[in-house]
Amino acid sequence: MSRIRPIHPWPLRLMHWLNAVAIVTMIGSGWQIYNAAPLFPLTFPARVTIGEWLGGAIAWHFAAMWLLVLNGACYVAWGIASGHFRRRFLPLTPRAVITDALLALRLRLPHRNGSYNAVQRLLYVGVLAFGVLIVLSGLAIWKPVQFAPLAALFGGFAAARYVHFLAMSGIVLFLVVHLILVALVPKVLWPMIAGGRLTEAGQ
Amino acid sequence: MTVLLTRRSMVGRALAIGSTSLLTACNFDDLQHPDLADRVLRVMSRWNDRVQEALFDPTRLAPTYPASAITRPPRFNAYYDISDVRVVDGNAWRLDLFGAISEKRAWRLEDLRTLPQESQITRLICVEGWRVVGQWRGVPLGDFLRRIGADTRARYVAFRCADGYHSSIDMASALHPQTILALDFLDAPLTPAFGFPLRLRIPTKLGFKNPKSLTALGVTNEYPGGYWEDQGYNWFSGS
Repeated sequence: MSRIRPIHPWPLRLMHWLNAVAIVTMIGSGWQIYNAAPLFPLTFPARVTIGEWLGGAIAWHFAAMWLLVLNGACYVAWGIASGHFRRRFLPLTPRAVITDALLALRLRLPHRNGSYNAVQRLLYVGVLAFGVLIVLSGLAIWKPVQFAPLAALFGGFAAARYVHFLAMSGIVLFLVVHLILVALVPKVLWPMIAGGRLTEAGQ
Repeated sequence: MTVLLTRRSMVGRALAIGSTSLLTACNFDDLQHPDLADRVLRVMSRWNDRVQEALFDPTRLAPTYPASAITRPPRFNAYYDISDVRVVDGNAWRLDLFGAISEKRAWRLEDLRTLPQESQITRLICVEGWRVVGQWRGVPLGDFLRRIGADTRARYVAFRCADGYHSSIDMASALHPQTILALDFLDAPLTPAFGFPLRLRIPTKLGFKNPKSLTALGVTNEYPGGYWEDQGYNWFSGS
């Protein structure tokens, strides 16, 4: 017996696109805020930033943070409760990651809709970890007095800015890889919008 | 009073890419006509004010530092260049009081100096992201408010400055033990660039909430806003 179910159930698709809006807004406004006091000899060009000036960028950043955090919390709760994390992300072994990475580099790693290879699993778990890191370091920068213990965990306010930047870099790197993969295997895009259909053998 | 948060919003920009012609009637630079994005951001900023008021712990102290941590030379910051700093005449200067205060007589500099003083070495974090450590000494604002018979159940304490700058803070932050009306900086009277003769020093808020060269202090229940706050900076801006 077999049954048909979507590749991506609707809560996942909804949260994915809400997250896309939140992340793009957070990164664009974050770059504008960064430009006001750069940590490195590097600033972001105005055409890729959001908010026009520091006040506008902060307003966007502190508005979108609620979407990012609430949506992210829903995703984590749903991922655990529905078994999505367990089914899609586990098991995750270094050996499998190396095997699949080598296959991918030779463009020999087939894509199966509805199932993640070990490299994908590592990327998704990794970007989730960066997501937690960017929220916690962001809270430390926002409230270095009220959340002093959290700020201390990152080595203080100034160090938390570097951690926040590092986590952003990790997420941007993920997005670059994510978008390249979608461009290489465009059939994965539609299921993230409409759900797609996955036929699987019955248990 | 409307607040413009983004002179040209992201929504506006996204639309502009697609259809410039549709937008010729819209003017994102008009303070009186904030677009949808401006309104949403304003609502969210007010919400963030409330969240920060709830997060604020009146007994939690901002970190203090040893003298060796003091940033030298100190960093000047204002909405104008250091060469445009206005010099206040200390002899003619008065601190005017207004609003819900029972003893509204103006204060002279030497009278403020007779009040008990408190010294602190604390960190000032700028909204831009940089920070400096400095030493300030002055009159705890809470003591001063009680001395002048201010209604400490009022919501806001407002400040006006000699250079046209103005700002305001919530009463809970005003009564925080580290919130002082500073007279001295780095063990000497404030210099014009750093707020002579009197400035607010509040280490539980961002730098722009530390107005310099005060000329008036008021207590009110009506939202006073501020120089940067009126342009879109978050009002509470607590640390």
